[in-house]
Amino acid sequence: FQDQAEQFFRSGHTNNWAVLVCTSRFWFNYRHVANTLSVYRSVKRLGIPDSHIVLMLADDMACNPRNPKPATVFSHKNMELNVYGDDVEVDYRSYEVTVENFLRVLTGRIPPSTPRSKRLLSDDRSNILIYMTGHGGNGFLKFQDSEEITNVELADAFEQMWQKRRYNELLFIIDTCQGASMYERFYSPNIMALASSQIGEDSLSHQPDLGIGVHLMDRYTFYVLEFLEEIHPASQTNMNDLFQVCPKSLCVSTPGHRTDLFQRAPQHVLITDFFGSVRKVEITKETLPLDRDVAGLESRFPEEELATEPLKYAEQLPVAQIIHQKPKQKDWHPPGGFILGLWALIIMVFFKTYGIKHMKHVF
Amino acid sequence: GMAAELLLLLLVAAGPGPGWAGAGRERRDALREELLLSPLPTGDVAATFQFRTRWDADLQRGAVSHYRLFPKALGRLVAALGVRELHLALTQGFWRTRYWGQPPLQAPAGAELWVWFQPTVTDVDKSWKELSNILSGIFCASLNFIDSTNTVIPTASFKPLGLANGTDHNLLRYAVLPREVVCTENLTPWKKLLPCGSKAGLAVLLKAERLFHSSYHSQAVHIRPICRDASCLAVSWELRQTLTVVFDFFSSGQGKKDWSLFKMFSRTLTDTCPLASQSKVYVDISPKNKEKELLEVSPTPTSVHEAIVQGEKKTYAVYDLLSPSLFNTSRSLNVQLKWTRPQDSSEMPIPTLHAQRYVGGYGLQTGEICTLIYNTHPYRAFPVILLETVPWYLRLYVHTLTIITKGKENKPSYIHYQPAQDRRRPHLLEMLIQLPANSVTKITIQFERALLKWTEYPPDPNHGFYVGSSVLSALVPSVTAMKDMDVEQSPLFASLFPSSDGSSYFVRLYTEPLLVNLPTPDFSMPYNVICLTCTVVAVCYGSFYNLLTRTFHVEEPSRGGLAKRLANVIRKFRGVPPL
Repeated sequence: FQDQAEQFFRSGHTNNWAVLVCTSRFWFNYRHVANTLSVYRSVKRLGIPDSHIVLMLADDMACNPRNPKPATVFSHKNMELNVYGDDVEVDYRSYEVTVENFLRVLTGRIPPSTPRSKRLLSDDRSNILIYMTGHGGNGFLKFQDSEEITNVELADAFEQMWQKRRYNELLFIIDTCQGASMYERFYSPNIMALASSQIGEDSLSHQPDLGIGVHLMDRYTFYVLEFLEEIHPASQTNMNDLFQVCPKSLCVSTPGHRTDLFQRAPQHVLITDFFGSVRKVEITKETLPLDRDVAGLESRFPEEELATEPLKYAEQLPVAQIIHQKPKQKDWHPPGGFILGLWALIIMVFFKTYGIKHMKHVF
Repeated sequence: GMAAELLLLLLVAAGPGPGWAGAGRERRDALREELLLSPLPTGDVAATFQFRTRWDADLQRGAVSHYRLFPKALGRLVAALGVRELHLALTQGFWRTRYWGQPPLQAPAGAELWVWFQPTVTDVDKSWKELSNILSGIFCASLNFIDSTNTVIPTASFKPLGLANGTDHNLLRYAVLPREVVCTENLTPWKKLLPCGSKAGLAVLLKAERLFHSSYHSQAVHIRPICRDASCLAVSWELRQTLTVVFDFFSSGQGKKDWSLFKMFSRTLTDTCPLASQSKVYVDISPKNKEKELLEVSPTPTSVHEAIVQGEKKTYAVYDLLSPSLFNTSRSLNVQLKWTRPQDSSEMPIPTLHAQRYVGGYGLQTGEICTLIYNTHPYRAFPVILLETVPWYLRLYVHTLTIITKGKENKPSYIHYQPAQDRRRPHLLEMLIQLPANSVTKITIQFERALLKWTEYPPDPNHGFYVGSSVLSALVPSVTAMKDMDVEQSPLFASLFPSSDGSSYFVRLYTEPLLVNLPTPDFSMPYNVICLTCTVVAVCYGSFYNLLTRTFHVEEPSRGGLAKRLANVIRKFRGVPPL
């Protein structure tokens, strides 16, 4: 009984969110979109719904005119696995993936007219998974070939999230060259980070497909995807297994991780705490009587008043009416400062040249 | 007393009068779905899906809280923002009118949104901005990029397609995003708005892998108020979801002109949507020339329907999925089209109205937009309204606008031009041009390309900048006069545009979008300049600083190491001068 209670309070989160970002544009960066979509696929399969996933793809590969198989994005050569699928919802696409939008999503400072699917509505009991991929360097990540985000900015964004209590625990995974530089500046509590390569090393891509003509996936994410395919919602696999995922023999680069900011030990953190949406369910035997008459609701519509004469459709091309349409009267604006100044100057010059005696003829 | 009571009784017994719609009667909604397969003259085949949900309730008035077939997301949008009509289309590809014929409903490449608001809306621009943001969330499209730089207010085109009692064009907004990509993420939420989803009925055929491997894919949502019945005293709301796809003869058809549902969609129809009151498949078997029976369909259709569509008499083979005899022989329906006689490829019919647009000129400073409009009718002339929206960074010179027909100048009967304001408003040019019979009209206007600020370029500026398609609205004379038909009995593809006069039919065509290059700076220059300047400053200033602050002292020559001293001792003994 004591054991059950302890397990109930083990992780302390009540909902899961995922922010998956691909920052690269152009067809030859197909593999970055495939990386992000394979994580999206795993996360959806393990239970996180589309309303809790913010997916940002900087370019469209599936319906790109260069794609020989439209509406598909493959992760394995010989086109074995289509990670794009038939049920995908991309929240930020194409030109919308910018550093500003990414930071606004994280911190919650979004213009009021943004729809719900584009917001990260997390609270202090949310576990958030943030996955980023693209081209990067020592201390920065390139967005769409025109701007960068630095590790300092990212660390500050996470601190803002912590101060506004927008997460319970955060898992940050990055698959770029020199990825470990992106997490070395974090200073907020409860963050665990994984990267595909150390500072000074490049992350390499996995295998090209000769039919499509580009590299399909990056090595690190390829092996992470293989690892995640074996996880199901009831798995007890923990983070230590994820740290072993891509040894140097397979990945060529050395994956790194950082756990000093995290309060629990990695062997007690389940994979499904971040990648899945495992809810604690409390079963109750009480019943609640529903006594409202549902059928009566439908008939209580307000009474409609019928029109007195029949309504009609508009004529689609009323030529006579269009020809005789008067142009809209432009609103009259008082003359601006420049015009007034110009006229004042002209009048002053006139009177200075020809003398003040002409004034009485004018007025 | 007694007489008054009797009168009251009589009144109550007579029932509610004509002024009441009958409070307490259920609000009915109905779904009709339809698929039209039309083989095109070039060997391709066009499939048009239409799903129409009609709801006999007034969404504008009263608190509607129970949604059944009509999707709640769109119903609440209409009520909250005071929308009278909404038309949103997402299209990939281009409908080639010259080779394929008049489209039933065409849309320009990219995203197109046009909305009529109710007269009660006070701030139309604010509602328009909110509407585009909400729709971008529902359809996963970047419609939030619609702002004042690409929105226009047409003054003569885009009259309302639904019931209207006044057309104040200040309530209309039109925007086009030609750069918008359409992919599975736009199809997924569109399918989720259907009452049966994509699980039953005609929507099982909508699989993304086949739909996007096509020459033209256009999906649209149309919401408008329509007449509830023939007397037209009450308003119903109609939601039409249309999807048009053209399968290519070479890539999907593998070079053969015979088509079937399985070849097109890699699926067949197995059952109907239980919520649909009507579910039909129409196949266009109209004879193209004088001989009949050129196209053979199998299995045997339930009935044959004749209608006058777009001014011509057409014959359709109908498969009624709700009739019990259809699924008697086999569990699935795979409609097959076979040509009995090989078609003569030289007899391609040319549509009465088609148009073409291209950019002329050379270099990165000036250019010219040319539009060619063809009227191929042998003896009838008709008017056409041309609406052009050009972004502000292509500066149009209206004094260079020329319209030439048959070698002579053609003056438009109505012209409305609104010049652009930099970074605020695009150009709007609307003209009503009379097209003489059997003629080509050429409209040219010159422009100059502007230099943008370096932060205004998109991340891939060398791709070019798009100019949205221009819109042609025309009343084309019909070959056969159309009779007034009952909207409920006729197929959906014939009842989209309300027809007033049978002698001509309304058609809306779009031209090609244009791609122009703007002079693009070299974006690596700021980095290069900083490096070079810093190097020059470091070298010059550093040298100068050294010269000013360096002190010189005399250095004692070193006496040399141990080896040198020993060597000098030996040399002294030899009598040779020391090192």
